[in-house]
Amino acid sequence: MKALASAIAAAAVAVAALPAQAQQGSGSPTLDAVKARGQLICGANGSVAGFGMPNARGEWTGLDVDVCRAVAAAVFGDATKVRYVATTAQQRFTALQSGEIDLLVRNTTWTLSRDTSLGLDFLATNFYDGQGFMVKKSLNVKSAKELNGATICVQPGTTTELNLADYFRANNIRFTPVVIERLEENIAAYLAGRCDSFTTDVSGLASIRAANTPVPADHVILPEVISKEPLGPSVRHGDAKWGDIVKWAFFATLEAEELGLTSANIDSQMNSTNPSIQRFVGATGGLGQMLGLDNKWAYNIIKQVGNYGEQYERNIKPLGIERGVNNLWTKGGLMYAPPLR
Amino acid sequence: MADIAASSGARGKPAIRLSLNDPTFRAIFWQIVVVGIIGLILWYLISNTLHNLEVRKIATGWGFLSREAGFAIGETAIEYGPENSYGRAIVVGILNTLRVAIIGIVLATILGTFVGIGRLSKNWLIAKVCSVYVEFMRNLPLLVQLFFWWALFQDAFPGPRQALEPITGFFFSNRGIKMPIPAEHWIHAWMGVAFLIGVAASFYVKHWAAARQAATGEQFPVLYAALGLILGLPFVVWLIGGAPVAMDWPALRGFNFQGGLTLTPEFAALLVGLVTYTAGFIAEIVRAGILAVPHGQTEAASALGIRRGKMLQLVILPQALRVIVPPMTSQYLNLTKNSSLAVAIGYPDLVSIANTTLNQTGQAIEGIAIIMAAYLTVSLSISLFMNWYNKRIAFKER
Repeated sequence: MKALASAIAAAAVAVAALPAQAQQGSGSPTLDAVKARGQLICGANGSVAGFGMPNARGEWTGLDVDVCRAVAAAVFGDATKVRYVATTAQQRFTALQSGEIDLLVRNTTWTLSRDTSLGLDFLATNFYDGQGFMVKKSLNVKSAKELNGATICVQPGTTTELNLADYFRANNIRFTPVVIERLEENIAAYLAGRCDSFTTDVSGLASIRAANTPVPADHVILPEVISKEPLGPSVRHGDAKWGDIVKWAFFATLEAEELGLTSANIDSQMNSTNPSIQRFVGATGGLGQMLGLDNKWAYNIIKQVGNYGEQYERNIKPLGIERGVNNLWTKGGLMYAPPLR
Repeated sequence: MADIAASSGARGKPAIRLSLNDPTFRAIFWQIVVVGIIGLILWYLISNTLHNLEVRKIATGWGFLSREAGFAIGETAIEYGPENSYGRAIVVGILNTLRVAIIGIVLATILGTFVGIGRLSKNWLIAKVCSVYVEFMRNLPLLVQLFFWWALFQDAFPGPRQALEPITGFFFSNRGIKMPIPAEHWIHAWMGVAFLIGVAASFYVKHWAAARQAATGEQFPVLYAALGLILGLPFVVWLIGGAPVAMDWPALRGFNFQGGLTLTPEFAALLVGLVTYTAGFIAEIVRAGILAVPHGQTEAASALGIRRGKMLQLVILPQALRVIVPPMTSQYLNLTKNSSLAVAIGYPDLVSIANTTLNQTGQAIEGIAIIMAAYLTVSLSISLFMNWYNKRIAFKER
């Protein structure tokens, strides 16, 4: 009797103690988990060429994927230590909240409500985008304002879905949405003629036109850009240290472009007398230690992944999208990294 | 058992001893332990969830239901726009789910019954065709079938500007099937009332005819009388209302057809998929039910000189239904729940809209709770109705 009661009491205490596990190590539960696992788990898109998609050899490539690779290079010194999880627009936040992924880089728009109520933190903008419309050339539509009464394919759970409704309300015109969760089926519906127009970020439209349509020239992207879509990586709220690592891993790729460091020339710049470059490659300053990483963190990123300009050339240029606002601030764009010092 | 009860009763109620050897105490003790453990697990799950939500600053509560939704929905049974609330959007989703479930249950029952009877047919061709149908439909995953129908509706039909028009006013395109409906007129509401009166009157006629037959032996053509009442009354009302014949014709304007009634490809694909799939199972249930009635019943009925139609109605079906109804309830529940696969082909059902809502608000737990509560309510309602019906037709032992 007594033994039973004490056993139950012990069980109750053990259960109550579970949530409050002792936290030791780097002070970042995510970094500790990533290091213990020996691998970063990165939530990516999976079906948008240029941002996140496996290539013909099964290797993940894209501008978003390069953020994951940069973080892995910074943490492990090896950009290949990443496992990618393809997420849909609807699953992505839950995957991050529940800890299934360490980092979400899935052309996700930074908005106030997402930053505050979803339990995640946006860190930076790795691509400045805006929402547009793609239509078949044969429809002879020249402007989004002519889309009154059109049927429009859109993905659920996106800012796109909300902007679309806002835009048509603001212009007092009507539309019928066709909402399909998986991008592949959504594109198929557009191509089959179920929808008159497909809407998403302009970069996404360019990617779909280049990679998914049988004859890209049969489709036009309308001139209107109806929203601001700053796309960027996000992490779980409450792990600021992990957020710092992701944020500065991305800023390092911008800084490298500004300093003229590329994957090709960084080895020869190791002994440069430029103090900024010395700090960058880890010869002085101890910046890596401040992040809780190796001092060669930034060198590893540039050596293995390349600077932002290289990433852009490799991933986005083939889609036919010019640098534009995504150029460095010194060249008239918006890409601006705080100083690495 | 009886002895123990009698002997303890003779000695009066024994006092409960605080020992595990005492059966009464032991029973109560273990129940408390089990309830306690379940309570602890629940408390742990709930407190841990709330703790994690709090730590991660994830919003909780039901306040989002009254916030503006901001997204549009393709098919709505009630008036809805992006300026309406999330709560209303979810109601639209529930109505869309109910629409496909109710129509689906009715059609699946009809198709399944025909196929089930067909499989018992003496005609070799009909029996084999029905067998192939059942095996084919039952053994392919529903999601695959849905994608098949969806792709078929999308790729087999031309665009709206080249729409097929087999019958004047009926357009088949990849935007769905468009058909004319009578233009709105005040008399329609009264025709609805007349229809309901007709149904009620038919029930009365049925009772009256049964009573008269019991008293005098004379039969009355109840079926024709009921048809006349149900269809005739609204028709008379329509005539009184001036017989309005104006129709709302679908017409191609801009990108798509305006006016008329629309059957979207998503709805059609989902409905056809659910109906053909579930009908495969229902057919087997119907066949089993009919085979469960011993052949001697048929022979006894013929010996009494009952006509074939009456025999089916009075002897075979009432007994078959007892076997058919309980498994049929399961199929109705399956069909309703399977309608959530709509999310894959873009029909805006409850799951699709609740998913969008939880994604836009980030309140996953509340969103999933709404989905579960709605399906539970619908499923329990179907169960309750079917159990009531089952009891009504159950064999009454007198």
